[in-house]
Amino acid sequence: MSLSDIVFLGTALITIMAAVGMVSFKNIVHSALSLVFSFLGVAAIYFQLEAGFLGLVQILVYAGAISVLIIFAIMLVMDREVNETNLSHPKKKYCGGIIALLITLGLGAAIINTVWTPAKGYLPEDKVGAIAELLMGNYVVAFEIAALLLLVAVVGAIILAKGVGQND
Amino acid sequence: MINLTHYLLLGTILFGIGIYGVLAKKNAVAVLMSVELMLNAVNLNFIAINKFVAKSQMIGQLFAIIIIVVAAAEIAVGLALIIAIFRQKKSVNLNDFNLLKW
Amino acid sequence: MLETSVQYAWIIAVLPFIAFALIGLFLHRWPYFSAAISILAISISFIISLLVSLTVFTSEGSYIYEAAFRWLNMPGLKVDMGILVDGLTAVMLIVVTMVALLVQIYSLGYMHGDPGFASYYAYQSVFAGSMLGLVLANNFGQIFVFWELVGLASYLLIGFWFGRNSAKQAAKKAFITNRVGDFGFLLSILFLQILFGTLNFQGLAGEIAGYTNSAVLIAISLLMLAGPIGKSAQFPLHVWLPDAMEGPTPVSALIHAATMVAAGVYLIARAYFIFSSTPEALMAIAIVGGFTALFAATIAIVQNDIKRILAYSTLSQLGYMVMAMGVGAMTAGMFHLMTHAFFKSLLFLGAGSVIHALHDEQDIWKMGRLSKKMPITTWTFVIGALALSGIFPLSGFWSKDEILLGTYASGHIGLYILGTIVAFLTAFYMFRLIFVAFFGSNEGGEKAHESSPVMTVPLLILAVMAVIAGFVGSPLMGNVFAHWVSYPGLAHHNPSITIMLVSTLVAVAGILLAWALYQKEMVDVNAIKLKFNALYKLLYNKYYIDEIYQWLIDHLVDGTAKILFWFDIYIVNGIVNGIAALTGLAGYVLRYTENGQVQTYAIYMFAGIIIVIGLVMTAGFAIVM
Repeated sequence: MSLSDIVFLGTALITIMAAVGMVSFKNIVHSALSLVFSFLGVAAIYFQLEAGFLGLVQILVYAGAISVLIIFAIMLVMDREVNETNLSHPKKKYCGGIIALLITLGLGAAIINTVWTPAKGYLPEDKVGAIAELLMGNYVVAFEIAALLLLVAVVGAIILAKGVGQND
Repeated sequence: MINLTHYLLLGTILFGIGIYGVLAKKNAVAVLMSVELMLNAVNLNFIAINKFVAKSQMIGQLFAIIIIVVAAAEIAVGLALIIAIFRQKKSVNLNDFNLLKW
Repeated sequence: MLETSVQYAWIIAVLPFIAFALIGLFLHRWPYFSAAISILAISISFIISLLVSLTVFTSEGSYIYEAAFRWLNMPGLKVDMGILVDGLTAVMLIVVTMVALLVQIYSLGYMHGDPGFASYYAYQSVFAGSMLGLVLANNFGQIFVFWELVGLASYLLIGFWFGRNSAKQAAKKAFITNRVGDFGFLLSILFLQILFGTLNFQGLAGEIAGYTNSAVLIAISLLMLAGPIGKSAQFPLHVWLPDAMEGPTPVSALIHAATMVAAGVYLIARAYFIFSSTPEALMAIAIVGGFTALFAATIAIVQNDIKRILAYSTLSQLGYMVMAMGVGAMTAGMFHLMTHAFFKSLLFLGAGSVIHALHDEQDIWKMGRLSKKMPITTWTFVIGALALSGIFPLSGFWSKDEILLGTYASGHIGLYILGTIVAFLTAFYMFRLIFVAFFGSNEGGEKAHESSPVMTVPLLILAVMAVIAGFVGSPLMGNVFAHWVSYPGLAHHNPSITIMLVSTLVAVAGILLAWALYQKEMVDVNAIKLKFNALYKLLYNKYYIDEIYQWLIDHLVDGTAKILFWFDIYIVNGIVNGIAALTGLAGYVLRYTENGQVQTYAIYMFAGIIIVIGLVMTAGFAIVM
């Protein structure tokens, strides 16, 4: 049990506890905070997986922008006592729990029973450079379309959030 | 020895928790947050497999970047929709969004 | 010249149809012109028939000529349209054309002034053409087509005075009853086509000779017998013929005495190669014929309508012909058909003359003393009645005697006795009619006057034929008729003086009894009527057969219809409506799954995913493919 294993177990535990907290807090702001913690936990795991660039992206985008977006949205749609904003549906939660459990168990069983053959070789040294080469090289179409998607999403979100004005 | 299986299991557990959140929560924003959790779990899977199975290429991480882009766009639009609906219905309870029915 | 006439024999049948087309399409506005065209057509047909018959009768050996063209050419069904000319055909051609011509001339006087004069002649032409086509046919398909056409012409002519409800009903009854018989006939034709692949008479004769499955042949014979039972009005399908008297009297003379009802007998003769190979079917034919003869004769002795008496007499004589066919005396049957055509049409036309003179009076008790006012009609009628009763040396004597000889000599003693009794009854009812209507003491005949020559000349010609036509089948001419019409292999019986004497005695006895009862009134007939009231009622009401049939139709046919209607309404409709209701119910229950809640839909989706995961884990990935 080397140090990296222990670190992995710790971060994994924290992430899972944050996720569980996210779905069980009755206060939606607490729930959002838990979500941020779980994002950070996932970023830590990315660093362990030698995906440094992606970890930073995760922190910047998820824990930064998306979480802020979520908090703003929560603030805008708060319509009741804050302690009752994130309740679970009384009937559906059992059904959902069973389904979630079944899917987890099923997928887990599939994963455990698969023989993963580790590949030979090492990740390239210059990880960011490699990603950049792929993005601008073979996958430039995906890159452009992703950019377009972002543009459309931003414009759409602005229009939706702005609403229909009086003199439209 | 922590190997691929553990990482994938972690991803699966996060995915399951996300499913529970999607199915059981009344607040629409909470459902969107759970969807983000599921997407994160998927990203985790991609990165893990990238490290252990496809070593000399960075396709997994590239794909994860794209997924992050899509997730961001999606949650932006989703939250904008919820805000727009909230203006009409004055509620974010998912049970009240029930016009598409018999 | 004689030879070529046979090649053109098909014109005989086609000409009347052309006349029908001309009258129907163009000429019906000019009644006398239409009549002229029709009579012209049938005259030419008569002349050609004479030439053809001369050719056939003067040839040595048996003469057969056949010519046809293919009409239907489908795989599995090949039907020709053509002509077959032999002795049998020639005899029928002469009879049909001669009687048709005389009837059409007679109708000029009888139907004078009738508003439907032109269409009457159109229908007469249709009938003549169809009957001639039937007689000339060389295969079963063609015979069936013309069989039905003849039935159609009969329907049109019975219901000719369509303003009368009784005429309309009678026409329907005739057609439907015929149809019942034709059903069996058609089934037998289908059997023949399926078994032998051909409907041609000569071809089938060869095939059936070698066919051994007698059960099938008996079935075919009995089914084919249904046709003559219907068309020739044998029991139990005889019910239409008395009602058919609703039509004009010349129609009754032509169709329901001389020609159409004889078509059934002709069919039996033509198809004798089938019947002769199944003795059981022959026995059935003989019994049906004999029974009909006796049955009809008993009804005739109490009827009061002059045409009804003659109609039942026709039924009885047809029974004689069919009985003759059944006992193997095919020649005798055809011979009687020929003589019967002449004297029965004579009798009907005479009756028509009386009816026309008395302005449509048909009850014999309202006639009387006609002999003074209408001498030609009276004495031709008496000649016809004598011929019908079988008095030497008129034609009926020779033909009836041949039949009685046939039944006796082939061992059917019961049928012989039956035939003799019927001869007695025939003479009795005919002379009952004559003594009451023509020589009776009632006053009805005072207003009558003799009919015009256009009506009496045919009577005279037919009277001559009734006298001399029998000689061709008599021993005096060496029975040359048998040379013309015969079936190979039938036994030939020598004429027996005993039988001739017995039949003459019986006929004279009948005449004497009628004279005693009705002319001299030695016994009070009304007293007899009252004493045997039940029997009288039974006979007068035709054994209540019509009522029985009506009851059967009301209860069986309508009952079955009611059952099937109930089945359709409740069961079939129930199933269809039930399926629709089931769909509606399913929808009513399932609509709650669409509740508009997104999370519910998500639950369904994930449940599906679980199922797929389970399947893949247990059965391998291939199951998803």
